[in-house]
Amino acid sequence: MRMELIQPFINSADAVLAQGLQSPTSIENLTMEEEAYRRKGVAAEVILSGDIEGRIIFDADQNTAVQFASRMAGAELPDTDALVREAVCEIANQIIGNAVTVLNDQGFHFRVHPPTVHTSEQGSKSSEDTEALVICFSTETGQVFMNVALRYHRRRAMERAAAV
Amino acid sequence: MEKFAPVKRSEDGQAVRYLIVDDSVFARKNLAGMVESFGGQVVGEAGDGVGAISEYDRLNPDIVLMDITMPQMEGIEAAEKIVRDHPDARIVMVSSVGYQENIVAALQRGARHFVQKPVKPEVLYEVIKYVMRDDGAAHSAGAGA
Repeated sequence: MRMELIQPFINSADAVLAQGLQSPTSIENLTMEEEAYRRKGVAAEVILSGDIEGRIIFDADQNTAVQFASRMAGAELPDTDALVREAVCEIANQIIGNAVTVLNDQGFHFRVHPPTVHTSEQGSKSSEDTEALVICFSTETGQVFMNVALRYHRRRAMERAAAV
Repeated sequence: MEKFAPVKRSEDGQAVRYLIVDDSVFARKNLAGMVESFGGQVVGEAGDGVGAISEYDRLNPDIVLMDITMPQMEGIEAAEKIVRDHPDARIVMVSSVGYQENIVAALQRGARHFVQKPVKPEVLYEVIKYVMRDDGAAHSAGAGA
């Protein structure tokens, strides 16, 4: 996995989480996960297609997600509230959208699909999933995980460039 | 939330009427909270571009806050269709995807402004003030949050 593709997602997550929570965040650890993804709590998945293809999953345990969503909503949300899942999806959307903005301006072209709540316990066992990079952000509300499995399609990018 | 001086309609001094379009309920609630803190009134919401068009026809709001990436019909296409039927429509695109092509496409198809998510209330407030005093002539701007 090319680090220059991943870095904008890390930077964006750091900035969006810090703004949403109005407090600093830090990267607690960064690991390669070779086994299939296992959901930790409330998770949102965003699919990318184009020059860069794959998926990113945001994940937090239920308690962290509730606190996180409540902080962002400016009101206490019950832990069964669908708004909590919506909040995790919206944060994923903002983080990925901001990263895509940076990558697009660097010449990578791809499409972002709307985020969906990830309900299954495991991710699909595709080749991307066996090479996922997992970034754990430490926030005031708890740990938030970003699981990134992306592939760069050099041939597709070259074909697009040649067609222009 | 920060206190803002109310933004009113210049023609009658009434509250600005908003239509908020976003596939995320959470995002719509956040935006609704912001525009209400600007003294505005949310008259309708929609979760995709198709709903945005029908709600615009029904409600004739002063401003539409429109997401881009949505199911069924995306925001830029919906903005184009609304402006085709209502040339004076004031549409502000609100999206996390803020690269140049997207902003240009939105403005070329009739959007008045662009605000990148995550939205800062003070940025949206300035954009709303700008768009409400705008006469509908030339529009070319984007605002990062």
